[in-house]
Amino acid sequence: MNLIELKNVYKQYSNGVTALCDVSIEISKGEFVFVIGKTASGKSTLIKLLYRQEKPSKGGVFVGGINVAKLKNRKVYKLRRKLGIVFQDYKLLPNLTVYENVAFALEIYGLRSDEVRQKVMKALEKVGLKEKFKSYPDQLSGGEQQRVSIARAIVNEPKILICDEPTGNLDPKTSLEIMEIINKINEEGTTVIMATHDKEIVNKYRKRVITIEKGILVSDKEKGGYFNEKD
Amino acid sequence: MKKIRIFFHSIEEAFKSVFRNASLSIASISCIAITLILVAVSVILSYNVNSFTSDIEKDVTIVAFLDKEVTQEQIDEIKTKITNLNNIASIEFQSKQQLIDEMKEENADLENILNQYTEETNPLQDTYLVKVENIETIGKTAEEIENIEGVSIVKYGEGMVEDLVNVFDVVKNITYIVVIGLVLVTAFLISNTIKITIQTRKRQIEIMRLVGASNSFIKIPFFFEGLLLGALGSIIPIIACCYGYMYLYERFNGQLFTPIIKLVNPDLIIFNIIFFVIAIGVVVGALGSYRAVRRYLKI
Repeated sequence: MNLIELKNVYKQYSNGVTALCDVSIEISKGEFVFVIGKTASGKSTLIKLLYRQEKPSKGGVFVGGINVAKLKNRKVYKLRRKLGIVFQDYKLLPNLTVYENVAFALEIYGLRSDEVRQKVMKALEKVGLKEKFKSYPDQLSGGEQQRVSIARAIVNEPKILICDEPTGNLDPKTSLEIMEIINKINEEGTTVIMATHDKEIVNKYRKRVITIEKGILVSDKEKGGYFNEKD
Repeated sequence: MKKIRIFFHSIEEAFKSVFRNASLSIASISCIAITLILVAVSVILSYNVNSFTSDIEKDVTIVAFLDKEVTQEQIDEIKTKITNLNNIASIEFQSKQQLIDEMKEENADLENILNQYTEETNPLQDTYLVKVENIETIGKTAEEIENIEGVSIVKYGEGMVEDLVNVFDVVKNITYIVVIGLVLVTAFLISNTIKITIQTRKRQIEIMRLVGASNSFIKIPFFFEGLLLGALGSIIPIIACCYGYMYLYERFNGQLFTPIIKLVNPDLIIFNIIFFVIAIGVVVGALGSYRAVRRYLKI
């Protein structure tokens, strides 16, 4: 069964720009999918549809059995609890420590504090930041901040990890470190969808690659490369 | 159990965030305090205006003049009939002899003239002085008294009393409008200040939404925070207005310039004012904050 399914999705913004045009994608459990495309190609819109930051103008978006297109604003949390989301700009709260930033995502479940501590430390261990749990975001490097953000995304053990240009602000070496972590999470069974325009990463990992150009899905290949250069 | 933990978490978050955003909290509290002082002062004024007007209204009396030939039996009967009417607060008999004696005391010139009259030739009439419960229907009550057999004529300052009632109604309405207006202004100011406080936490709300917090989970701590700011903001107005009014009351011996304008005893109104100010602070603070956070929940 498909974990994520887009059926003939169109997205037109209120200013008239068409971001996506008749896009259909199926993603099964455990897959790792790169979504690539140039700036303003529509890949970010595609990612935003998955976590209901945007709603499709037409067509169906199904994520983990939820019809995202019909999801009411006040029910969005039900979808987001099934997802982990990682952003290019990390979206950490500067006045909270590393530990508090990760625990923040668990507060909503009303867990006991020892349960929270156990889960947070486990997530921080996975991203290799267990020692820095008392630091504040501005005391960390970009790569470390992104790792905190990944820890926050996976602390609740979601089925799907959505990454929107997670290496966009990082140097090539750090990008590879981050990719290693994301790849490991995928190997443990989490489905990963990652929007990127990092050629090196896409070509190195050889995963399924979906290419979007001017809002149209132009290619969808298993073990693809960046713009099919090495295909 | 989880829900209880989330509930206490909300309260804890509210306290934390008041201290974490100390400067903005102080700004909110000061703004709430200033507007609530205005509200409290206007409420105290309104109490005093009401008390002053009702004191004056209570002094308005219907004078029922009895027929000259009435017997003692009829006098008693008339009293019973008047007492049985609606809207009667008190009734007092004044005989024509008492009237003459009073007039003599008031004026020495009159005394000589009035001395010529004996009890039989006294030209005055026995009267009943009647006070009413509701001054607005005094005309109707006067008419009913006039219809009683043995009552010849009734006077209560017709025209003047109605004018007085109208003027007092206008004054009372103005004080109510001022109080309501100030409450609305307070609501607006408080919710705007809290809006600014929340604006700086837009990112926090956005991230909460992204990690799967439900809208109520996000809103409830803000609700408590507003409630707390409102309660803290009402402390200074309560202390200032209550002690200030008690001091004024003592200083002026319970009256303003003249014995006619009596100030309301602080003991009678202070608890009402405390309740009113806290209630407005808390309700407006909580709702203002709750409403302000709503616009950030559409991300």
